Amino acid sequence: MTLSEKWEELRSRNEAGLVAYLMAGHPTLDKSFEAIRTLAENGADFIEIGLPFSDPIADGPVIQEASNIGLANGADLDTVLGAARSMDGRVPLILMSYLNPLHRRGVNRSVRGLKAAGFAGLIIPDLPADEAGDWMAASRKAGLDLIFLAAPTSPPERLAKIAAASSGFVYCVSLTGTTGSRTAVAAGAEAFLRRMRGRTKKPLAVGFGVSTPEHVKRLSRVADGVIVGSRIVRAAAQGEDLAALVRSLKDATRRDAGPKVCGPRGGAR
Amino acid sequence: MIPSQPDRRGYFGSYGGRYVPDTVFPALDELDRAYRAARRDPAFRRELGDLLRATVGRPTPLTRVLRFPAGTGKAGARPSGGTVRRRRGESRMYLKREDLCHTGAHKINNTVGQVLLARRMGKRRVIAETGAGQHGVATATACALFGLKCTVYMGSDDVKRQAMNVYRMRLLGAEVVPVESGTRTLKDAINEAMRDWVTRVRDTYYCIGSAVGPHPYPLMVRDFQSVIGLEAKRQILKEEGRLPDLLVACVGGGSNAMGLFHPFLDTDVAMVGVEAGGRGPQPGRHGATLCHGRPGILHGALSYLLQDAKGQVLPTHSVSAGLDYPGVGPEHACLKDSGRVRYTSVPDDAALEAFHRMSELEGILPALESSHALAYALRACRRSPGRVLIVNLSGRGDKDLDIAGGRI
Ligand SMILES: Cc1ncc(COP(=O)(O)O)c(C=O)c1O
Repeated sequence: MTLSEKWEELRSRNEAGLVAYLMAGHPTLDKSFEAIRTLAENGADFIEIGLPFSDPIADGPVIQEASNIGLANGADLDTVLGAARSMDGRVPLILMSYLNPLHRRGVNRSVRGLKAAGFAGLIIPDLPADEAGDWMAASRKAGLDLIFLAAPTSPPERLAKIAAASSGFVYCVSLTGTTGSRTAVAAGAEAFLRRMRGRTKKPLAVGFGVSTPEHVKRLSRVADGVIVGSRIVRAAAQGEDLAALVRSLKDATRRDAGPKVCGPRGGAR
Repeated sequence: MIPSQPDRRGYFGSYGGRYVPDTVFPALDELDRAYRAARRDPAFRRELGDLLRATVGRPTPLTRVLRFPAGTGKAGARPSGGTVRRRRGESRMYLKREDLCHTGAHKINNTVGQVLLARRMGKRRVIAETGAGQHGVATATACALFGLKCTVYMGSDDVKRQAMNVYRMRLLGAEVVPVESGTRTLKDAINEAMRDWVTRVRDTYYCIGSAVGPHPYPLMVRDFQSVIGLEAKRQILKEEGRLPDLLVACVGGGSNAMGLFHPFLDTDVAMVGVEAGGRGPQPGRHGATLCHGRPGILHGALSYLLQDAKGQVLPTHSVSAGLDYPGVGPEHACLKDSGRVRYTSVPDDAALEAFHRMSELEGILPALESSHALAYALRACRRSPGRVLIVNLSGRGDKDLDIAGGRI
């Protein structure tokens, strides 16, 4: 299923999409692959798989640690492609990787390989749109959605540029900082999403710091999708019941309970 | 033609750019604008010039050394007769004495410039990374001078091996944060500084310590360090009546080397950058990025990088903390590919030998980083004598006494 098909489905059900993140190879290779299935079967609408990297500058302590463990367990681009091939494609898969491992393999080989293995999208946190010409061209050609991140510090013209470059959705970073659970939704996150809304018809997914069903519920009113990362990674590390966690997060994305403040609109591209 | 200015997007040839999370992208734009305006502003240039003269102690001397390059013996061997007479065919080696800068290394040329800029931009808080501790001390010093709050990230292995500099930074009022992640050296200190910057970008100025990082840092740091080469050019013309045959500098991230080289790029002076050969050429045993790396992205720029076949950054080793780094500035990558500068490496033991030889024969304790350049220069004098060369003595060795004395 493509990202835009999934957004269409979510819209018809009046739900926000739950984007569930996990780290490949963490806590073990097998457990991370098992976790992909668990997330898919218990309500995750999209699964974002992190590729471990030696220098994850956009990540806080929880994902840094998971990245080290994933590396030590030998998770690499090929194991991740293998994991994608074993899935049935009903839940769109998105790869989250820092640029260098992909650069090392090459733009075209990376993008085509991801598409062939069944990935629907790609997020590269250290690749701003300004440097992404080759990656955008290759992704468009291969039919892979390349998703860019927008930050609350971006001035209006930059937000418009990021939205125009992004395909599948725009990843709205809720706060200035690294990934990691926070106790509350960042002040200003909603205002940021509204500013972004004014600049694009593409779906908006919000992430960084989102960890509880309450956070998800609140952000589901202003975003099309909500991304939960460190909270799921921590659950995987500690052997918590992932299925129950994902179900509780997914339940919080159903909007029928409250009034629709700012619903999704328009096409996905 | 050697591009001595990056293009509008910050590329030296095909290297450079801005590979950063979008949160800090606008801050790079802001910095770029502020730096360009400052560079054109006579008041900024005057203030920087005054600081370099009155506080840093510039110009630093260009010192001719006679005994270090003479003879073939190891440290301790005396050139015949005790005095050295000018002979035809002898090498004429000069040291650019950055060790005599305030705080003991070239790093302060850059930090006074950047901290002046931070103040101009209205930033109240300055962060920095440090490897050997020299950049941390230089940043802390500049911040003390201007009353700015200073936080320095330092790998916990470096905190141990450069303990004196940690103590100095704390005396200067800086907060030193040991970094336990990754390889616990300079690379990880930069990672952590970048995470801090992403978090507090609105009120924080990130003062990078080498000619690395996203545009405009490589350009800006090189410009601030170019005072080294500008002075050296003037001084050697006065001493020798001509330009030198060869320039030699060590390369960690590449700031002292770019500073010396840049004003000579449009001449035909030969240049050699000396990287950390560590314990050997195998992966993980050295820090010789330009000698053994290949293009990749780390810390915001596309440049040479020590990485494995899967694009993971390799651990490094050097006896000198300041060269113990898997990346290198993008301008060096460009100069390597164009062939304008040659890059080589010197192993730990040769650097240590040069450290002792310089101490015993000239009464100068060089930093272990600079000792790499000295070791290469000694070899160059022996191999092809009769040339005039300038070696950048980028810092003094007081911080390295425990290591050089075999106590670490
Ligand atoms: C004395 C000295 N020389 C050289 C270096 C290496 O840095 P760069 O290559 O930027 O000059 C350092 C770094 O800490 C240093 O302290």
